[in-house]
Amino acid sequence: MLITRKVEFSASHTCWNPALDPAANEAVYGSEANPNGHGHNYRLEVTLEGEPDPVTGMIVDLKEVKQVLEQAIVMPMDHRHLNREVPPFDKVVPTAENLAVEIWRRLQPRFEGTPARLKLVRLFETEDLYVEYEGR
Amino acid sequence: MPQVTLTRRYRFSASHRLHTPLLDEARNFEVYGKCNNPHGHGHNYLLEVAVAGAPDEVTGRLMPLRELDRFVERVILEAVDYKDLNTQVEEFAALTPILVPTTENLAAVVAARLAREWPAAFPASAARLEMLRIHETGRNIFEVRVGPPERSEQLAQTSGEPPVKTCN
Repeated sequence: MLITRKVEFSASHTCWNPALDPAANEAVYGSEANPNGHGHNYRLEVTLEGEPDPVTGMIVDLKEVKQVLEQAIVMPMDHRHLNREVPPFDKVVPTAENLAVEIWRRLQPRFEGTPARLKLVRLFETEDLYVEYEGR
Repeated sequence: MPQVTLTRRYRFSASHRLHTPLLDEARNFEVYGKCNNPHGHGHNYLLEVAVAGAPDEVTGRLMPLRELDRFVERVILEAVDYKDLNTQVEEFAALTPILVPTTENLAAVVAARLAREWPAAFPASAARLEMLRIHETGRNIFEVRVGPPERSEQLAQTSGEPPVKTCN
């Protein structure tokens, strides 16, 4: 059975790779390449997989999930500038793709050894763009 | 390299009428209900296009979003936005009255067009078409998997067949 918890955080970023010239940056990232940065209200959906406990009827204690998401994602990223304040985005371009992968890397170990396994992270950068990553 | 799926949403508005002359009027109304209204009606459709693959190591992007937007605009939105599906979209107009523009059929037509045009538009892209979803209303949502390439090819060819073959 799958269970999904949503959380939101707001952050600024710029998508710019110094290894590419300005024209190439503009071509690849479009308005995301604005060197002064811009921000999003990111919406993160975290899907866990497991079986409901026969006694509690719950796959996982959602309070604990909420705490993990708060500590691992929201606290370090909410109201931050990703490039300047959230490693590895000082070196890695914080595209939605890379951010989804980084969120997986931060969350996956937190659910190891618990009844719920991390199955999917879905990160909405805007209402019209989202990225999914299953750790593969 | 990590495999990610990136989904982008687009909107278009179009009219249609669900009716097939292969059924009598009473049966048409029974099958299609309000959507059988002789004068047609319209929707604000929401189209989701999902592409999958490994983000480029240098850019961290699966593909430039602007290119995906231009592609969907050229191949799909220009053809359907502010159009009447029954009379102005080739697959339905050519096959009328056989191919009814239900959103099931619309999803198949959109999938076939995207799959047919993709290789020429993105010959070197690491991203592949994965899935599309059309929301006809907030409650009616249709989803089609796109690919692998040989299957997409079949779909594209099927949509181009003359109506006479489909009738029989």
